[in-house]
Formats: sequence, structure tokens, C-alpha cells
Amino acid sequence: MKKLINEPSAVVDEMLDGMVAAHPQQVRRLDGAEVLVRNAAPVEGKVGIVSGGGSGHEPTHAGYLGPGMLDGAAAGEMFTSPTADQLGEMIGACDGGEGVLCVVKNYEGDVMNFDTAAEMADMEGVEVVQVVVNDDVAVEDSLYTSGRRGVCGTIFVHKIAGAKAAQGAPLSAVATVAEKAIDRVGTMGMALTSCVTPEKGEPTFELGDDEIELGIGIHGEPGTERTDVMTADEVADHLTEAVLADLDLDAGAEVATIVNGMGGTPLSELYIVNRRVQEVLGEREIETHEAWVGDYMTSLDMCGCSVTVMELDEELKELLTSSVDTPALTVAE
Amino acid sequence: MADEDAQREALLDAIENVAARLATEKSHLTELDSAIGDADHGANMDRGFAAVVEEVEGVDDASVAEITKTVGVTLVSTVGGASGPLYGGSIMSASGELEEGITAETAVAFAEAYLEKVQDRGDAQVGAKTMVDALTPAVHTFKKSIEQDDLDPLEALAKAVDAAERGARFTTPIRAKKGRASYLGWRSVGHRDPGATSTLFILETLLATAEDHLDGGVERDAVAPTTPDETPDTDGDRVDGEGTDAEGG
Repeated sequence: MKKLINEPSAVVDEMLDGMVAAHPQQVRRLDGAEVLVRNAAPVEGKVGIVSGGGSGHEPTHAGYLGPGMLDGAAAGEMFTSPTADQLGEMIGACDGGEGVLCVVKNYEGDVMNFDTAAEMADMEGVEVVQVVVNDDVAVEDSLYTSGRRGVCGTIFVHKIAGAKAAQGAPLSAVATVAEKAIDRVGTMGMALTSCVTPEKGEPTFELGDDEIELGIGIHGEPGTERTDVMTADEVADHLTEAVLADLDLDAGAEVATIVNGMGGTPLSELYIVNRRVQEVLGEREIETHEAWVGDYMTSLDMCGCSVTVMELDEELKELLTSSVDTPALTVAE
Repeated sequence: MADEDAQREALLDAIENVAARLATEKSHLTELDSAIGDADHGANMDRGFAAVVEEVEGVDDASVAEITKTVGVTLVSTVGGASGPLYGGSIMSASGELEEGITAETAVAFAEAYLEKVQDRGDAQVGAKTMVDALTPAVHTFKKSIEQDDLDPLEALAKAVDAAERGARFTTPIRAKKGRASYLGWRSVGHRDPGATSTLFILETLLATAEDHLDGGVERDAVAPTTPDETPDTDGDRVDGEGTDAEGG
């Protein structure tokens, strides 16, 4: 498998240096850590918003560093949670005296390492609150699993928490609105191909030319179901209906959506999917306030997409559409 | 003093042997993790133990408890994911049990403290298709062999490895309830758990090292360290890439 890398073990380190070189006005790297922070961090008097997780999901997480969104982003090894000491350094570097909100995706490694980092920060006198995103509707939420995964809906949570913190809200209020967003967001993904991790150098799973995986996460793990190939409209119907069934939205609801690429799918195909997603919502008399289309949370070079829907109220709508200035997402008011 | 030196030497030897074994098994563990996870377990464990070997190089006066703690701390800060806290954090916490050096009693206390921490952190019980499935029977067998059956430590460890092997094999036919494999639901059935497998590899290596350092004359039956591919396969649960390809990919 051909990859544009040097050494598999140097991928994360070199990627971070390259990101800083691309956006020196916006982000910097913490000395000796695989952590990027926005240049202004820590912002005095503002709640710090941090996130992190395995690498391979670019532009998540460091692409969302900047005013109105994240203050810190920790990059673990490929698809591997960052270590607790790295997360602890990030939290310390992003505390402007008002505490730090950690936005964690629901994977055991992330949760365990963030827990440990929060304990460490607490001992240093930094107030830390964690929220855990679990938007993946493909996974049954029962005694038989570790709870639902956190996937692309996390981007909405970053945006909303970041906007609330930028308004000068205290940590408790930022955490409350983040939880509100988490309660109202659902995502489901699918894959046309497996991704290829640099260490392994070959596809994580084999998929026939006439097969697709439904209900995937973002780490190249197989999905919940394998089916025959579908058209873009059939995929859009399937994903959207699964998310809507989970959110249980009534006619007249207002939503924001993301049709997210997994890294290897062209924008043209994502737009085709988005066209159908919006038709399905329209048929149900659900109004879309914002429709984002693009690579927001990827899975290396995987072909495929996910559909995210978040129900809005006035507060979420305002926070979602407020200005933000980051390498990967810019909204001007 | 000589005893302390001998213990330190055995421990450092064990660390080096575990690192070498995990380096050898890197692709194998990654294959197992590809089928039901995200294909990083081999690389993560290899990276962690390679760092541990560097970290403990040149240690000549640290106690076995201090060295063990260093192993844990290094794994926590290099492995990441769930394996970092589970392996590293638990070794770190349990290292205090070795303050008096390594004896049959402190080894049991260490093993029990380690198991408790892993179960606690991972919130996993036997049957969830995790490292706990290999670790729990191993620790219980070790404790019983020492305390009730009055076996010598080498024999007890051999029985524990045997129990871990059966435990790791037991993860193949069951459905995952914890870890990333749990998201696959029924599709996780038929694949051996990578964490249970790496736990087995480490125990096998500890046994082999202990055999080198303790009296090698203890009689044992068919528990010599083998790679799983060479393990007699009684119920058809192949653990290599072939089986996983058919089922998972």
C-alpha cells in the first residue's frame, strides 16, 4: 500500500509540525508534547475547551483550534487515545483561571486517560469538567456494549461549547450546554472501503467490490452490518432514517446536519448524499438550519460517509452559527 | 543483598524478554485487533515495552518495587488507548506489593492487586471478551496453587499460564461486551481477544524467565510457552489471520 509518509512511527509528530507550519498565526505546539493549542492559550478569564483522541481523524482535532471553538487538542498515536500525561499537559496549558471543559468521545481508552488527566489537573488546582459524546446510533445502547461511540456529532459539541465559552459563560454553564447538544445529536456512518493505518500498511478489513459496511465507527473497525452496495440515495435514506428514528423528531423540528466524509470520498459524492438527506428531512417537514458537507472527522483514507443530525433550539442555533476562526472551520458573523 | 541483586537481575531479564516477545508478536496482535478492533494493539504494546527497556537500562540500585513502578509509569505515558491505563496503571498501583522483594506471598499479592485494578479500571468481568478472561483464571490459579496446594512458585506459575491459555482461548467463541470489539455485537464472535492474547504472551514469558532464574528441575506437563499458532487446537478456533479474514473481513 502506497502512503506519503516517512516512518510509520513518526507520522503523528511530523503531521503536527506540518500543521503548525501551515497555520503559524493560529496554532502552536506544546514543547515536548503531541499537543497543539491555539496561539492565545490560555485565554485569561475564559473557560478552556479541550479535546483529543487518536490521530487519523484530521481535521479533528487540531483543525478546530481557535476563537469560538477549541483551546487545546491532544493527538494520540493513530487511532489510539493520547496518554494521560499528554492530556494533563494540555489541560494545564489551556486553563485561563476559569477551569477547563474536556470534550471526550466515548471510547474506553479516551475515557480512562481523560479521567486520569482530570484527577491530575484537580491536584494542580485546575477545575475540570468532562462531557462524553456518544452520538453513534448504530450501536445499541445496552448492557451488552460499552455504550455508544462518540463520532462526528462531536464537532457540533465542540462548536457549541466553544461558542458558549467565548461568550464568557462559567464552566458549569458551558458544560450544561454541551450536555444539551450531546442529548440532541445522532450520527450513523458507512464504509465503501477499509482504511489503511500506517503501522499495518494494509486494509484493516477486506470488503468485496459489491459490498459495503453499515454502522462503522471512525477507527477502521468493521461496522455492525455488511450489505450489498447501495446507491447514494439508498445510503442516505438508510443513514438518515436510522438517526431520525433515534432522535424521534416531530414535524416542525429544526435541525443542523453534517454529511461527513471519511477521508477518501470526493466532495461530489458527499453533496449527492446531502441532496438526498435534505429531501428526506423535507419529506418529514423537518427544517434544516445549517447543512455542513465535507471532511470533518475522518478515518484516514477510508471511503464512506456519516450523517449527523442535531435538533436545535434557539440557544443551540445561536451558538452553532456564531463566529469561529480555526484552520478547518470558519464562520463569520 | 545477593538475593536482592538476583531478584533485580531476574526482573530486568523478564522485562527484556517480554519486550522481545511483544516485538515478535507485534503483527500477530495487530492481526487479531484488525478483526474486531482498530489494528493498533501490537504496535502500542511494542512501543510501550521498547520504551520500558530504555527506561530501566542501567538501573543498578533500584529495588524491584521501584523498577516495577517504572515499568507501569512508562507504559502509562507511552502506550495510550485503553491498554496504557489498563496495563501500565495497574502495574504502577500493584508495584507497592513488592516492597519486601519477590516471594511467593508478595507475588500473589501483586497479582491480586493487579487484577483488581484492571477489573476496576476496565469495569470488566470474566466473559466480556477482554484481557480479564485470561488474567482472572491465571491469578486465581496462582493464588490457589501457592496458598492451598502448597506448590512451589515455578509450578504455580506454570499452572497459571495454563489457565490463562484456556482463558484466552475462551474469548474466541463469545460475544464482546467491553472494549472496541463490543461495537461489533455478534460479529465479534469467532475472533480471539487481542488483550487476552497479549496477557497470555506476557505470562508465558514471565514463566520462561522464571525457569531460567529459579530451579529448572520442576516437572511440568505441556505448558511450555508456545505461540498460539502452535497451540493444539481442540475446538477449531484458529487465532491467526486466516480465521479472522473469513469472518471479519
